[in-house]
Amino acid sequence: MRWLLLKDLTILRRSPLLVALLVIYPIAIALLIGFALSRGPGKPTIAIVNEIPRQARSFNVAGSRLNADEYLPELLRSVNVVRARDRAEARRLVKDGKVLGALILPADITQKLATGRQQPTIDVLYNGEDAVKQRYIDSILKARMADANVALSRRFQEATAGYLRLLLDGGSLTVLGRDLHILGLRNAHTITTGAIAALPPRSPLRTSLGQVAQFGQIAIENLGRSRDVLRSVGQPVRVRQTIVGGRRTPLDTFAAAISVTVSLMFLTLLLAAGLLALEREEHAFSRLVRGLVTRLGLLAEKISLAALCAFAVTLVMLIALGGFFIELDWGRFPQWLLALAAGAVAFAALGVAIGGLAREVRAASLLAFLLSLPITFLALVPSGAVSAGLYDVVRAVSALFPFKATLQALDAALNDADVGLWTPLAHLAALAVAYTALARVAVGRRFG
Amino acid sequence: MPTSVATQRAMPAALAATGLTKRYGERVALREVGFAAAPGELVAVIGPNGAGKTTLLSILAGIQQPEAGEVTRSPREIGWVPQQPAVYSKLSVAENLRLFARLEQVANVKAVVARMLEQTGLADRAGDELGTLSGGNRQRVNIAIGLLAEPPVLLLDEPSASLDPRQRARLWTFIGEQAERGTAVIFSTHDVQEAERYADRVLVLADGELLFAGTAAELAAAVQSSGGEAAGPRDFETAFVQFLRERGH
Repeated sequence: MRWLLLKDLTILRRSPLLVALLVIYPIAIALLIGFALSRGPGKPTIAIVNEIPRQARSFNVAGSRLNADEYLPELLRSVNVVRARDRAEARRLVKDGKVLGALILPADITQKLATGRQQPTIDVLYNGEDAVKQRYIDSILKARMADANVALSRRFQEATAGYLRLLLDGGSLTVLGRDLHILGLRNAHTITTGAIAALPPRSPLRTSLGQVAQFGQIAIENLGRSRDVLRSVGQPVRVRQTIVGGRRTPLDTFAAAISVTVSLMFLTLLLAAGLLALEREEHAFSRLVRGLVTRLGLLAEKISLAALCAFAVTLVMLIALGGFFIELDWGRFPQWLLALAAGAVAFAALGVAIGGLAREVRAASLLAFLLSLPITFLALVPSGAVSAGLYDVVRAVSALFPFKATLQALDAALNDADVGLWTPLAHLAALAVAYTALARVAVGRRFG
Repeated sequence: MPTSVATQRAMPAALAATGLTKRYGERVALREVGFAAAPGELVAVIGPNGAGKTTLLSILAGIQQPEAGEVTRSPREIGWVPQQPAVYSKLSVAENLRLFARLEQVANVKAVVARMLEQTGLADRAGDELGTLSGGNRQRVNIAIGLLAEPPVLLLDEPSASLDPRQRARLWTFIGEQAERGTAVIFSTHDVQEAERYADRVLVLADGELLFAGTAAELAAAVQSSGGEAAGPRDFETAFVQFLRERGH
């Protein structure tokens, strides 16, 4: 087997285009994903037209003075802002594609907010030429508007709570420049109960004043709860996140696992399928298997070589990703090696099965490539994205190929994912045995 | 080139096959075929397409197993030269010879490779990649690989197919030299004139059945004695066709 390995390495060395492709392809993938992950999404550019007159930007809400300019940063968080003079300019900027969308704050917005009864409207303009862009800007603006609404709502709650406090405990209130003293329900209740106690025992007023005191007590108790009710109205539902069936995997690390798995798959499948098919294409297969090497030995040699080459390249790729682009747990390095090695062997076994069935290098390469794409897509379909029945089919088909198990193993190796490392490793070992058996049958056919 | 057939027949067989039978599903590819080849003898296997020539050679080479019958030598003792050059086009002539010599576990790889380069006349092209060589030279390397372990029997499946006349002549000189060294050479061919010219003996196969085993002259005589042509066949090819026709093929 040693001489065959050396022979295949010599042949690879003398195929510079193939080797260049095998090296450049994963590096290009790693660089693309690395840059995409490390830079993050760029901020979208939004035009804004602020029609609110300068003197109207400050407004009263239930006695509190608010300033619209304080809420603008909330509205424009995580977007780049281009100031437009008027609606016409904003429209032109959107139409020319210079901004993704435009936000128009109408002149009467603060006036309507100050009434506490009217709901002001903000206009949003965006270009409908691209459905993806349209959805993107829509979701960004909706999220920002929700944040601004929450901030305003909080101020309204505070003002309303102040009124309720005044009603309950009493105090002073300024109305049209005049200070008014408010007695408050608690004080009124104290006075009433004091008055009842001072009345003669048989006084007919006791019953009437007793009813007033009882009402006062009920009002005090219920208004005391109103602050909690207000808080609930402002934010009716709170979100508490719990991860079930899997740990929280950082997106960038998971993306790295996907990119490494994709590269491992392409490299190993193409190499293993191509190397075995080459033996037939060069007509050397029959010469080799008549006593020089067993069929199984030949398959083992192809699996070893393809797995070793792909293992080395993808390990370098993973180290480069961890070194330059994303944060990886280097303490789990031995687990990386296990996951990559098991994935490489399983893919190589699938590769020799393809090579054994196809018999020609071109056909084998094409078959390997055509098979790679659907098994990748199927393995990446998340549960819940399709119907339960279809997902079961997808899961069963994915289980027949090494992509999903390799991805799970790498995810477990990189992120200590919940599925653990040993289950996917066992799955990959079973697939490697099954595909090697299939390849053995394929190369045992007539004139094998 | 044919030498004393009588002398060869008297020697112990370098290879003997008896009762070889092979089926592909319902179709019988070989039906109880048996023959022997003496050391240094050149035996041609001829017959129409689908006669079973390649099946016979691949069974002798150990690539396929027969349903019945046996061969006196193990595949490791037989040199095998497939029809298409079974060599690596990205490796040089010397690298190909060295690789197969190592796989054959020959004792002195360097010496054997040097000897084969000398015998094939390709010593000056030892470093050239196979892909850059002519069809004739590739075929010589192909045959040389079959001879690396100095087997007593050499099997060649249509060795001269796709070669031009000059390359053929050089190839047969080379094969003749191997036979003169005592190697029993069994080859299949579609070219009956070639069989007549170079083989000591011909085996005629048709529909998996061995119809004739003897010299080319004996086959021509057999056709003449059966009265196929009044004045005897004009040439061996005509005699061969007539022979097949007489036996319903």
